[in-house]
Amino acid sequence: MRLLLLLPFIGLLWVPFYNAELPTLFGFPFFYWYQFAWVPLTSLIIWLVYRDGVKKGVQ
Amino acid sequence: MDTSNIHWSALWVFLFFFALVTVMGFLASKWMAGPSNKGAHLDEWGLGGRNFGTWITWFLVGGDFYTAYTVIAVPALVYAVGAYGFFALPYTILVYPIVFVIMPKLWHAAHKAGHVTAADVVWGRYRSRPLEFAVALTGVVATMPYIALQLIGMEVVIKALGLTGELPLLAAFVILALYTYSAGLRAPALIAFVKDVMIYIVVLVAVIVVPAKLGGYGAVFSSARDAFAVKGGATGLTLKPTQFLPFATLALGSALAAFMYPHTLTGIFAAKDANTIRKNAVFLPAYTVLLGLIALLGYMAYAAGVKVQTNNDVVPALFNGLFPGWFAGFAFAAIAIGALVPAAVMSIGASNLFTRNFWKPYVNPGISHEGEAKVAKVVSLVVKFGALVFILFLPTKFALDLQLLGGVWILQTFPALVFGLFVGWFGARALLCGWAVGIVGGSWLAFADGIKPVHSFIVGGETYTLYTGLIALGLNVAVAVIANLIFGKSSQPALKH
Repeated sequence: MRLLLLLPFIGLLWVPFYNAELPTLFGFPFFYWYQFAWVPLTSLIIWLVYRDGVKKGVQ
Repeated sequence: MDTSNIHWSALWVFLFFFALVTVMGFLASKWMAGPSNKGAHLDEWGLGGRNFGTWITWFLVGGDFYTAYTVIAVPALVYAVGAYGFFALPYTILVYPIVFVIMPKLWHAAHKAGHVTAADVVWGRYRSRPLEFAVALTGVVATMPYIALQLIGMEVVIKALGLTGELPLLAAFVILALYTYSAGLRAPALIAFVKDVMIYIVVLVAVIVVPAKLGGYGAVFSSARDAFAVKGGATGLTLKPTQFLPFATLALGSALAAFMYPHTLTGIFAAKDANTIRKNAVFLPAYTVLLGLIALLGYMAYAAGVKVQTNNDVVPALFNGLFPGWFAGFAFAAIAIGALVPAAVMSIGASNLFTRNFWKPYVNPGISHEGEAKVAKVVSLVVKFGALVFILFLPTKFALDLQLLGGVWILQTFPALVFGLFVGWFGARALLCGWAVGIVGGSWLAFADGIKPVHSFIVGGETYTLYTGLIALGLNVAVAVIANLIFGKSSQPALKH
């Protein structure tokens, strides 16, 4: 489960992957909306790991 | 004083909110006191009673990590260079998985033994005064220019209100110093509610109203694209290939350093329990959305045709140009109050370090809890006064350079503070060697580059540019590992929870 926390690092530190203007979304170039999209995604991932920890009784 | 340039409606709104938080600051000493109140104790003044739940921690850490200077400087950088300035976004995203994994463990270590500072935790684990001193000194030195930066943020908005001279800044800071002295961490925690709500309102209005006035986000981005095309160089809506590595390493290095600072750690230690911190790692990214939107103000300035003398004036000039006076005043008040919260927490964090890790071990080992609180309160005044003198009498560039170096330095405390939470292998002497090499190596690289955040290596004809702090951290860890192999393994077991 904890390995999920590595996903944001892969998604955001591999810069060439998202260094593009297209496709745009609501006028935002890809470079921008892609990074914004990682904010709720990272929250979700941390929440999943947190919930898993609560189930396992992590202190 | 020349009063002809003063924006009166903006100034009145500004003064109203400033007065409001001043009253709140003084009343805060009685807030959340609760039945567990320890009275005259550093846990009360310096950590707000170690009783902050999820909401208070969210507002406090959000208010103290996303500082006023950020609101001014990030759009200024984005305005100046474009995409490169956006490293703030991956930085403030990646910080949360790191917080989630590390900080609950650190909280447990601190809570169990009643530690107040990072250096306390290091002392508690390694029983090494030199290592404790190294961590504490780094924390204090890195924090001082950070406080000075908040003053710069405040100066910028005071200037935008049309006020001149140093008196307004002085007055704001004296008020801040007095209520921090009397209420401790409770003052910024309470004020953070007001500050954060105000900033959210300002940014939401700005990101809806400004593009509507300027023809939508497509138009905002394309006017920035045109401006960068004229400007040339390493600017643009996307990164140049040479910027990939600096962008990624700045984001990662800053994320690792962010919660090594005394002010962010103070927010962690003040939390009620470990799950408060975990839940905050889930919910604090909301502020990152806000920061990303704030960064876009730099592009909106192009669409609005804002002309500025220095990049730092971009945000105030944009607000003054597009909003009615009263709303500009509201926005400036939000930014100024946004400077007070981190400045207060930073001075408290530095005072806690001074009291627990300089005063207690070297001056008065038998100090009582009441005595600790007394020393810390006085030191908080000295720290703020020092930052003020810094800004009033030294060139601004000095504070900026020191803040940049401070980031490199504070990152070097990472192994000493964090490694012991996960592995028991490292000894104090090895970590101290690593710290020293990291500090000296990082400073040397930074000075050799003319105080730049990144350093370039040429390997086999290829140039690799990385964040200097991260290079120094690499050196630091490598030296610590080698030294530990030479000195032999630590005799202490890893912390168990």
